[in-house]
Amino acid sequence: MTEPLSFELSRAGAEPPRLPAAGVHAPRPADVLSKDVLRAHPADLPRLSEPEIMRHYSRMASLNYSISEQFYPLGSCTMKYNPVANEAAAALPGFAGLHPYQDEDTVQGALELMHSLERALCAVVGVDRVTLQPAAGAHGEWTALRMIQAYHRSRGDKRTEVLVPDSAHGTNPASAALSGFQVVEVRSGPDGRISLADLESKLSPRVAALMLTNPNTLGLFEREILDVAEMVHATGAMLYYDGANLNAFMGVCRPGDMGFDAVHMNLHKTFTTPHGGGGPGAGPVGVKAELAPFLPHPTIERSNGHFTLDFKRPQSIGRVRSFYGNFGMLVRAYTYILAMGGDGLTQASLDAVLSANYLRKQVEGVLDLPHEGPCMHEFVASAHNLAPQGVKALDVAKGLLERDFYAPTVYFPLVVPEAIMVEPTETESKATLDAFAGALKDIVQQARTDAAALHAEPRSLPVGRLDEVGTARQITAYLTGQSEDPVLRWKRPAK
Amino acid sequence: MADRRYSKTHEWVTVDGKTATVGISDFAQAQLGDVVFLDLPKPGRKLSHGETFGVIESVKAASDLYSPVNGTVAAVNENLTAHPELVNSDPYGEGWILKVDLSGGVPADLMDEAAYKQAAEAGH
Amino acid sequence: MPYLVHSPQEREEMLAAIGVESMDQLLVDIPSSLRIHDLKLPRGLSEFETMAAVRDLAAANRVFADRLTFRGGGVYKRFIPTAVAAVTGKPEFYTAYTPYQPEASQGTLQAIYEFQSLIAELTAMDVANASLYDGATAVAEAAMMARVHTGRDEILVAGYVHPEYVEVLRTFSEGRGMKVKKGDQPTNKTAAVVFQQPDFLGLLVDAKGLTERAHSVGALAIASVDPISLAILAPPGEYGADIAVGEGQQLGLAASYGGPHVGFIACTKDLVRRLPGRLIGSSHDAQGRRGFVLTLTAREQHIRREKATSNICTNHSLCALAAAVYMTYMGEAGMRQVAEVSFQRAHALAERLAALPGWEMAFPERQFLNEFPIIAPKAKPLLRKLAKKGILGGLEVGRWFRELKGVLTFTCTEVNDPAAIDALLEALSA
Repeated sequence: MTEPLSFELSRAGAEPPRLPAAGVHAPRPADVLSKDVLRAHPADLPRLSEPEIMRHYSRMASLNYSISEQFYPLGSCTMKYNPVANEAAAALPGFAGLHPYQDEDTVQGALELMHSLERALCAVVGVDRVTLQPAAGAHGEWTALRMIQAYHRSRGDKRTEVLVPDSAHGTNPASAALSGFQVVEVRSGPDGRISLADLESKLSPRVAALMLTNPNTLGLFEREILDVAEMVHATGAMLYYDGANLNAFMGVCRPGDMGFDAVHMNLHKTFTTPHGGGGPGAGPVGVKAELAPFLPHPTIERSNGHFTLDFKRPQSIGRVRSFYGNFGMLVRAYTYILAMGGDGLTQASLDAVLSANYLRKQVEGVLDLPHEGPCMHEFVASAHNLAPQGVKALDVAKGLLERDFYAPTVYFPLVVPEAIMVEPTETESKATLDAFAGALKDIVQQARTDAAALHAEPRSLPVGRLDEVGTARQITAYLTGQSEDPVLRWKRPAK
Repeated sequence: MADRRYSKTHEWVTVDGKTATVGISDFAQAQLGDVVFLDLPKPGRKLSHGETFGVIESVKAASDLYSPVNGTVAAVNENLTAHPELVNSDPYGEGWILKVDLSGGVPADLMDEAAYKQAAEAGH
Repeated sequence: MPYLVHSPQEREEMLAAIGVESMDQLLVDIPSSLRIHDLKLPRGLSEFETMAAVRDLAAANRVFADRLTFRGGGVYKRFIPTAVAAVTGKPEFYTAYTPYQPEASQGTLQAIYEFQSLIAELTAMDVANASLYDGATAVAEAAMMARVHTGRDEILVAGYVHPEYVEVLRTFSEGRGMKVKKGDQPTNKTAAVVFQQPDFLGLLVDAKGLTERAHSVGALAIASVDPISLAILAPPGEYGADIAVGEGQQLGLAASYGGPHVGFIACTKDLVRRLPGRLIGSSHDAQGRRGFVLTLTAREQHIRREKATSNICTNHSLCALAAAVYMTYMGEAGMRQVAEVSFQRAHALAERLAALPGWEMAFPERQFLNEFPIIAPKAKPLLRKLAKKGILGGLEVGRWFRELKGVLTFTCTEVNDPAAIDALLEALSA
């Protein structure tokens, strides 16, 4: 089943919605503004009635997999249940109706919420201050690197390099490069953990920071993290924590205690704000006291029970986005933290680790497990064992879609061939994990008996595998004037 | 072809008089997968050995292109704009990328086919 | 505990299946010196208590009625069709992940493809992307496109561009090799001229002239535009701008103390490969069925890594969905109606305010749409007086621009009905 585009459903005769009339005596734009300021050709937007629009979007919604209906074992993405209470909280008129330029004394509740969220996040990750301004994880990474850069500069220390492990997410090197740093890769050892020898050889007074996630992208805790921190700090560099994997150890240990100086968190992973089909998220950054002067302004301060926005921060790196961050997401995360409490967050992480290890056990002998356990909240398997049948990680992913599971993260991290990265989270039941393992066994069985059938999956979804190469080549044809079809948008066909 | 030489970065060169033809190896095109786009220099640009001269993209990967020779870009394979797949289907023929007017000879560190094959397989 | 699923007995069974006796055996890799045994946080609450606590915080804020809000400055109270929240509230949309598996994500992919098409139509540009964080980061990302495309490093900000957008642009430019300058005279060092139409004060700028001036020296023109205004004003594509960006909050999103909203970015054909963030294209499967797919991903950070020219990964998909529903619901005629009503009411308000003793238009010779700067006597006490009557009065723009001390910008939209305007005038005269 597919759904036509709204533009294709459009009917020239559809009436526009009923809207208020001006009700005042005043000129209309065309009476006052000169012709060259006015729009010459009206935008070609669809014309549809409300019943048609609602059906259009409802039908599109039915084409999606989502956490509300499927298990999403996406490694590194922490796809846990999105509590519905969070949505109700963010929709409260006392939050949703606030204008960002209201006076401080009329938004004390909002500021208190942000202040309390900051304190809670500090407690979870073990830092002194948090900025809530970054809109997403990558935005937070870059914000943290800019603070680290400002810190070194304030000491007259010009450092030009940032170290990134080869297993890191692509946003790490990109964020470092866009802060003006040269990126130097640090290799993983055979056990999937950072190689201390390679780290040693790359550390120098030129290095501003090491970016690390712990557990790493293989789901393994960096056992030697204290040594890593000591080595990094000994050269005057800082240690940055990519919080993608924070769900592994809330209440068990804290990045701040490990020696991390700056920590970004994804509220849309660990703190249950919904992914929304690709955002909005929120990527707060926590820092130790020595980085606090460089936080983006404004910060939220409390004095005598009154909350204020502090813009007078002379060493601040400046703003990283307009206003105060994705406030609606902050409300959701804070609501979640209140409901869970310290005890709940701790149990959430313990269950996440338990579920990952349980599922890993079920996968033993089904897929390759290139690294020894135990794992933390996720593990990386490999479809390498299916190579003789010509079956790849991608085929396993598509086979899972066919069996009503979303696919794990595939082909990441780059250091594992045919990687399949599985993160079950604490909100999936044992029965679901068993069913998922069963589906994997079924796929592997099919790979051995009828690989061709597997290559043709998924069969029962709205569409089968799409011709991505053809799409990219058609775009090239459009961009180079060989074709009129823009591919990236609808356009009314020429008459 | 005996006179085709290869760089460590998987470009190939053949020389006819003072003009070199440059492309990427069969091994490289297979590693990249279906090529969908090339970002190439304009004729007249000076290139030195080892310098980045462009980018080649498939759906899943992007790779810089490095000049295996010193010289000036004489021509760019315009066919690749509309048909980047030629790099996959005929990497040593229709899928050529640049013609370069050489300044000086062919750099000595380029490999012959046997040495390249060995290096490519070892490197992978 | 809320949202957790394993029973104590299941936990035991799972440990046994793994072959360990306790959780500690799964946590052996964590050095014991790092282990903590509790978080310094209160214990969790029941949903009833949680919501009571959250409601208390919401109640500690003062919400001004939409119709009595005359303050804008980048975020506006407008009519939001109920259809918008009805769609974005569907869990199939809001709990879905980034559409990396297209076969299981056609709903999100098609909706965002429609968003791209709607934005491209509205701005009259060739192609729009799947969204950015906000209007401020959209300006910064556009500047980076110009920096890479032209090989030049100077970004010229012309006129009253939103001051927070300029601040974000400055923060971005550090490390990206850009220099931000103010002015409207580009040179052959200029990568792009950035302007806002209408500007931060609500005034119309000479968008066409600025674009031509940029092009005359080989620089790009970046237009930061109000999407509602494009129903009546010439869109960037009609005056030849290279990149159109803007804040999409007015397209169906609540003010929500400044976010989440949505940034949009659209450009000409020549620049498509330099667009940051996700792009969705139309494709088909082996049976010839149409489907939509993330495309041109080789531009992005997960492939280019340190060579990427943007690090954006997560964007604002759900907000883009809201904007798509809004634009589809309103249609061209609805958006024009809303823009015209706002225009007329703002002009009616301006005339009445300017007639008050001591008040005068700050730029009487300049044209505006639905927001305008006006010099008001004793702005601060006046705003306090209005607040007492439940009215959120104009915005003090002197906070950002020294030369505009005592100037307030007032805005009107379709939600500020004539009786609300009367109420504002009455409160001022009292």
